[in-house]
Amino acid sequence: MSNNPLLEVKQLKTYYASKRGLFNFKTDVVKAVDNVSFTIAKGEVLGLVGESGSGKSTLGRSIIGLETITSGEIIFDGKPINSMSKKERSKHIQYVFQDPFSSLNPRLTVHETLKEVLLVHQMAKGNGVNTEINRLLDLVGLSKDSQHRYPHQFSGGQRQRIGIARALAVNPKLLICDEPVSALDVSIQAQILNLFKDLQQELGLTYLFIAHGLGAIKYVSDRIAVMYKGEIIELNTTDYIFQHAEHPYTQMLLQSYPIPDPRRRHITI
Amino acid sequence: MESLLKVTHLKTAFRTDFGSNVVVNDVSFTVNHSETVAIVGESGSGKSVTALSILQLLGKRGYISDGSIRLNELELTTATKQQLQHLRGNDISMVFQEPMSALNPVLKIGYQLVEVIRLHTSLDKAKAKLHAVEMLKKVGLSDPLRVMRAYPFALSGGMRQRVMIAMALACRPKLLIADEPTTALDVTVQAQIMRVMKQLCEEAGTSILLITHDLGVVAEMADRVIVMYAGQVVEEGHVFDIFEKPKHPYTKALLEAVPKLDVDNRQLTAISGSVPTSYEHIMGCRFANRCAYAKPHCTQEPPKLVEVDKHTGQKSRCFEWEALKVKEDCYVK
Repeated sequence: MSNNPLLEVKQLKTYYASKRGLFNFKTDVVKAVDNVSFTIAKGEVLGLVGESGSGKSTLGRSIIGLETITSGEIIFDGKPINSMSKKERSKHIQYVFQDPFSSLNPRLTVHETLKEVLLVHQMAKGNGVNTEINRLLDLVGLSKDSQHRYPHQFSGGQRQRIGIARALAVNPKLLICDEPVSALDVSIQAQILNLFKDLQQELGLTYLFIAHGLGAIKYVSDRIAVMYKGEIIELNTTDYIFQHAEHPYTQMLLQSYPIPDPRRRHITI
Repeated sequence: MESLLKVTHLKTAFRTDFGSNVVVNDVSFTVNHSETVAIVGESGSGKSVTALSILQLLGKRGYISDGSIRLNELELTTATKQQLQHLRGNDISMVFQEPMSALNPVLKIGYQLVEVIRLHTSLDKAKAKLHAVEMLKKVGLSDPLRVMRAYPFALSGGMRQRVMIAMALACRPKLLIADEPTTALDVTVQAQIMRVMKQLCEEAGTSILLITHDLGVVAEMADRVIVMYAGQVVEEGHVFDIFEKPKHPYTKALLEAVPKLDVDNRQLTAISGSVPTSYEHIMGCRFANRCAYAKPHCTQEPPKLVEVDKHTGQKSRCFEWEALKVKEDCYVK
């Protein structure tokens, strides 16, 4: 790994207060992300796997500033992230959401959605906007004719492509992908996973790839971090995790994953 | 052996403002006693509608326009309301994907379970309650008495799904229809739920019709597999044959599109395009435009579901099935 990681997370804590009892007098602390540290090198894909409630999405959202962090440090490209403005942050780090339909504005055409991003971040102006939009659509495998359609006129896979195009519009250095394929059909999942892989090689992108599906994680990641109850319990290279997982929880996760091979059933009576 | 459920040439349609829309077309299959049959397909393939047709839970707009569904000797398509009502819960029960929306949110679990048991058996209240507790214990809930007193919202997703399974199997039905029973759950919980379902059904001699899109779940659970695409059965066979020598390009492509844990995946073989949303107008094979094996005649006339292997009874709806070579990495050990 290089000496200067692109993203460095140090002892990050994101806690929520949850009120309970009569008149909300008592306060419980939910430790959604508890003392998490890791680094991502330039051009690396870090997979983040865990079950629902393990804090993996909160971690991703904390990094781009959608959640207020309780304590800890996030250093992006050598600079502490709180020293960056919101706009600067979103220029470098972009997010791809699980459900592209709820993250796209239903009243804007694809053209308008992309144009907005390009203008806000001054990525292009004048005629350059159209050229840039065409380039982005081409990059994610959508036809140029489709840019004047609205999100509801696309299928799930195509919508996810729009979501990716929008994220790529600002030429980000880091892409946080939060369950980007889990809402898609099996045959479409493969298309989108391939797209992520191709884009990463083409543009030299760095990903934090959050998913609960071990298959998808293994396919895209260089290293994998396993989260459980807000903590990273194991972090190692993909091959190591899949061959010599050390933590009992990781082992259980691997054993529970149904393998599409009827000769190797786990479930026997 | 006489089969338990026999579906022949089922055709289910929905009335829309623009005329009738046929969603399931010419679907035939059987489920034998104590057998697990999986229907696998992507969203929009008609797998759920096939299941709902069996119980005739199609709503106001849905109707079965052709074909027959027989459970033992009873023809379900012409059965009366009373007959069907008696059938549901007694002979056939169903587990849905989202247990929270299948349970009544304002009634305690115990009340809902006892209600089901008393409706279908002659047990009195006290005995029904004992039976309910026993069922909850059987599905692996560690503190069944507490669960009896709890409301659905107080339980986790996995616990709720266990309750649903307890409810579905309380009257020892002959057939359990499970529609994506583990899709909403985490993998570790999914494995537990599948184990419980399999164990209890084996004990009671219940057959399972499992509806899923997850090939991993199919491989874990099924004895036989039915692959659906665009409202039709495209392939049917024993689970080993389907996974090891698929005879339909769609099945093969689906298997190759799943990222594997044990094989080093360089590039996934994706299926281009997407599932057609309306397929009535398609003249030839419905998969032809996404198929790597398609020949010009594939788009001209519709292929029929034919038996491709006399010994195993494997069936495929493809003209070119003989051209399908099993690739080395395709699960042949």
